[in-house]
Amino acid sequence: MGYELVEHTADIGIRVWADDAKGLFEEAARGFFDIITDIKNVTAQIERTVTVRGSGWEEVMVAWLTELLYLYEVKGLLFCDFSVAEADRGKVKGIARGERFNEKRHSIKTVVKAVTYHQLEIREQDGRWHTQIIFDI
Amino acid sequence: MADNVQIHLKKIDTYRWLMPREGGMRTDGMVYADERMMGAIQKDQSLQQVRNVAFLPGIVGPSLAMPDIHWGYGFPIGGVAAFDEEEGVVSPGGVGYDINCGVRLLCSGLERTEVQAKIRDIVDALLVNIPSGVGSHRKDLKLEKGQQQKVLQKGAQWAVEHGYGSWEDLEHIEEQGRIPDADPDLVSSRALERGRAQLGTLGSGNHFVEVGYVAQVYDEGAARVLGLAKDQVTVIVHTGSRGLGHQVCDDSIRVMLQAAQRYGIELPDKQLCCAPIKSKEGKAYLAAMACAANFAFANRQIITHWVRETFEQCLKRGPHALKLSLIYDVCHNIAKLETHTYGGKERRLCVHRKGATRAFPPHHPAVPAAYQESGQPVLIPGDMGRCSYVLVGTQQAYEETFGSTCHGAGRVMSRHQAKKSAQGRSVTRELEAKGIYVRAASMATLVEEIPEAYKDVSDVVDIVQGAGIGKKVAQLKPLGVIKG
Repeated sequence: MGYELVEHTADIGIRVWADDAKGLFEEAARGFFDIITDIKNVTAQIERTVTVRGSGWEEVMVAWLTELLYLYEVKGLLFCDFSVAEADRGKVKGIARGERFNEKRHSIKTVVKAVTYHQLEIREQDGRWHTQIIFDI
Repeated sequence: MADNVQIHLKKIDTYRWLMPREGGMRTDGMVYADERMMGAIQKDQSLQQVRNVAFLPGIVGPSLAMPDIHWGYGFPIGGVAAFDEEEGVVSPGGVGYDINCGVRLLCSGLERTEVQAKIRDIVDALLVNIPSGVGSHRKDLKLEKGQQQKVLQKGAQWAVEHGYGSWEDLEHIEEQGRIPDADPDLVSSRALERGRAQLGTLGSGNHFVEVGYVAQVYDEGAARVLGLAKDQVTVIVHTGSRGLGHQVCDDSIRVMLQAAQRYGIELPDKQLCCAPIKSKEGKAYLAAMACAANFAFANRQIITHWVRETFEQCLKRGPHALKLSLIYDVCHNIAKLETHTYGGKERRLCVHRKGATRAFPPHHPAVPAAYQESGQPVLIPGDMGRCSYVLVGTQQAYEETFGSTCHGAGRVMSRHQAKKSAQGRSVTRELEAKGIYVRAASMATLVEEIPEAYKDVSDVVDIVQGAGIGKKVAQLKPLGVIKG
């Protein structure tokens, strides 16, 4: 399970891999918040249950990350830990743990505008799940 | 997904490259670049994206790419595509997330030397007065219930009605600062929520307010018409529709993914999802997009008011002495229904400009009365260390590119590369050595925005001038900049 940054001229992306679909969603969320902030400085003090729907893996992935972006941008929450209980082509349900953004302890590395569908593809190959997600920044 | 397909290009002349129609393309591609610029363009996947846009139904004329083109998502940034109103499509990805991101330019009655001496005070005060970076907004701008909907309907007009700027300003804004047929009922509550505290905020990334001066005049006649003269102080404001626009785009993409399937539109990249212009989904997107565009017009109008107040504070002079008047305000992420003559026929088209600027010629009815002789002002900001340009639209742009030209410098370095290249350097000190005082809400942004992360805007502008799709009027150089 892991992720790495993908170079893109104007924007930024992550390449994510995991042993199952749930892990892929967890890892993608972690990678996403690692782009936004220094995730090491975020502690798991509060939790939010996040449920999103869509049709197809790609749509559900964008919906999942977009919901987390909303919780950050509008509710001021930063997350560092994720556990996904359900993940299929139509729905993802998971718990995001983190804390409220605090200027004194948290730095914002990148302001993400949106999660894009650009070249987005979720693949399962030889029992491993992969994806690449590009963010608009 | 059609990745890494071999792209064929045929050089037409010094500034034009044809991408002949092949495979699923419904039309040719046309790229404006010189030999050297083409070398830079080929380093990323932007040409692939020019090709992908040519797949979409109802496209009229070629899929166009301006010299500042770079890899976007779906449509390239620096792309222009026109679609027939009856048979064509509208695509949120052809506008982008930052709907009506745009630029406005103010001129002043001040000389460079008067402002140079006070530049630190002015820039410091701008950073206080104009909310920049994450989460900041002014406490004195609170929208009462129902007001946000009014902003979305009326755009810059709402701002002027509420004391931000003057009625004369509206004459000098693309669409008079208000795109018609905006329907706030089609904007989701999420989008409203994301936008609520962001009206009158600069944001981050490449958004900025820059105080500069006219360093060079290329066309005395047009400069006079626009009210620009050498050494005169100018101000550029670059921002857009903030979280509200991002959410409108996001919501629309979800709808369009389904719609594209339903209408049997084949997509080479999901981000190109679209629907017929006259379909329910197409109309709904255009009405929601208009709301976000109007939010952006209001945003730039409010910020302009605070720029004027800041100058009054710092220079202890009244508005009549400062004469900070609006030259023009352009959108560079937008889709618009326009009438163009193509193939000898007058046609209603939906012109998508994503990272491209409208550049209408002299005597076009959409050009403000004051600029009928010069053509529409086109504002091309460069990076914070070099310069920016004022151009005017041309008849050739009108005939060849649906009245469109470039929008800026265009990135050449990823943000990560920029960070690496700036390691161990003081970007602020380097700029100060060049006489440019920069303040940023976030140091991370500043580092990502180092001048060499961008193409040299002078090269971009020389290409559009060489190709005849824009005409240089003046060059502006920065004295002080605030970044988000």
